[in-house]
Amino acid sequence: MLDATPRYDRLPNAPGVGYKPQHFAQILDDPGPVEWLEIHAENYMGEGGRPLAQLRALSERFAISVHGVGLSIGGEGPLDPDHLARLKKLVGWLKPASFSEHLAWSTHGAEFLNDLLPLPYTNATLTRVAAHIDQVQQVVGRQMLLENPSSYLAFAESTWSETDFLAEIAHRTGCGLLLDVNNVFVSATNLGYSPQGYIDAYPLDKVGEIHLGGHDEDQDDHGAPLLIDSHGRAVVDPVWALLDHTLDRSGPRPTLVEWDTDVPDWPVLATEAARAATALTRIAA
Amino acid sequence: MTVSQSAFRSALLDGAEPVPDGLIDGLKRPAGRRYNVYRNNVAVSLTEALREGFPVVTKLLGQQNMDGLAGLFLRAHPPQSPLMMFYGASFPAFVAQMPQLQHLGYLGDVARLELALRSSYHAADTAPIDPATLGSLTPKALMAARLTLAPAVRHLRSIWPVHSLWRFNTEPGAPKPKPQAEDVVILRPEFDPMPHLLPAGGGAFIDALRTGATLGAAHDAALAETPQFDLTPVLALLIDGGAICALN
Repeated sequence: MLDATPRYDRLPNAPGVGYKPQHFAQILDDPGPVEWLEIHAENYMGEGGRPLAQLRALSERFAISVHGVGLSIGGEGPLDPDHLARLKKLVGWLKPASFSEHLAWSTHGAEFLNDLLPLPYTNATLTRVAAHIDQVQQVVGRQMLLENPSSYLAFAESTWSETDFLAEIAHRTGCGLLLDVNNVFVSATNLGYSPQGYIDAYPLDKVGEIHLGGHDEDQDDHGAPLLIDSHGRAVVDPVWALLDHTLDRSGPRPTLVEWDTDVPDWPVLATEAARAATALTRIAA
Repeated sequence: MTVSQSAFRSALLDGAEPVPDGLIDGLKRPAGRRYNVYRNNVAVSLTEALREGFPVVTKLLGQQNMDGLAGLFLRAHPPQSPLMMFYGASFPAFVAQMPQLQHLGYLGDVARLELALRSSYHAADTAPIDPATLGSLTPKALMAARLTLAPAVRHLRSIWPVHSLWRFNTEPGAPKPKPQAEDVVILRPEFDPMPHLLPAGGGAFIDALRTGATLGAAHDAALAETPQFDLTPVLALLIDGGAICALN
């Protein structure tokens, strides 16, 4: 495998989008305001073919963020050494501008459940997650960013707030944070707290990247709103407002729009990215 | 009250299992149907992965039947790796043994073909040999040579018209499948794997090449199965499809 030229050693404080193969030609032709792309690591762990060829081509034009969805950092069991080796290989040849994963678990025993499952915020979880992040950063050989989850429920056993929990992990491991403001809005709505209050309590100095995405609406057993992080539609206005609230406090950050299901045509996604560009320009003014 | 990941997992793929105690909403009431978001995410995402990975099987069954079959499969065979591109390796065998699907005997082999197409898509890239290299050999040297097939080459042998079925369901105007056994080779000249029908004996020929037989020995193996086997068109197909990456 040829090494990609490491032209981009960090993500720009500019809009990015989650890369979808159907947009390949148009992104190269007319990226609009998009200056960087994020890929899901697991989709580029094959041996060859079109996915890797496209990624090599894109990495010559754009800064790339590698976003893992399958490492199961919160898993009770040990991290999968084969998967760690695959991440090391991908990050090794691609030399991406950023590498991130989730505060979640998805593997149990030998099973991979293909969802980001929730964790109780306890001292035991903190110790385990911090040890796993230490291991990841050591094996992959670089700092990682950890993303806050979308929560649909909480654990009675939790003793930490999510913001304190993330701050403590970042402090212990030296990892950075990926702040998904849609996830904040979803979790805050679902669990009945203030999304602005969450941002105000969040360690914004650790944020290396911001995510935005669309969500669906449902209800719980009591008729209370239950938002579901689907990444299948446009970002809603209250989430754009929460982005403004965040950027006012954090300063400009690399800001990504995710759209993973019912993926729209490129101009629609580029328009969402343009809205992120406006938000970034506003605070620069 | 702690909720282990084993406890969380056990109710995830079994709607009859109660939601684990210790999961709550923002007012500390039991989480109830909030837990179903995770149940739904797992089942729906795996069902979609199977639908995308087996589009012709989905078309043959109809989406509703496919979703039902996927629901059974994903509970019996959850993924064993985070590489979803390879999920469903045991789906063809699962389909083939389903008592309710015995009237569609070919379905397992169609699934095998679709699985092979997907694995070819993600296989390593290699440069094919220059076809002139083959032409430069004397017939004797050619028959003594061993061919290395490109990593993206797949082949399968079926007692069903598996290639015709695949074409009929993917290609507008393709001829109706006839009841016949078919051997298929999948070639990926650049990035798009394409299944090709092999003439009778072609499957035995590639089987032999795979075991390291010389071209001559593979030819003999094909002739033993199909006396009228003609090497030339099969060799031309492999060369045109960039399927030969070394010769020694």
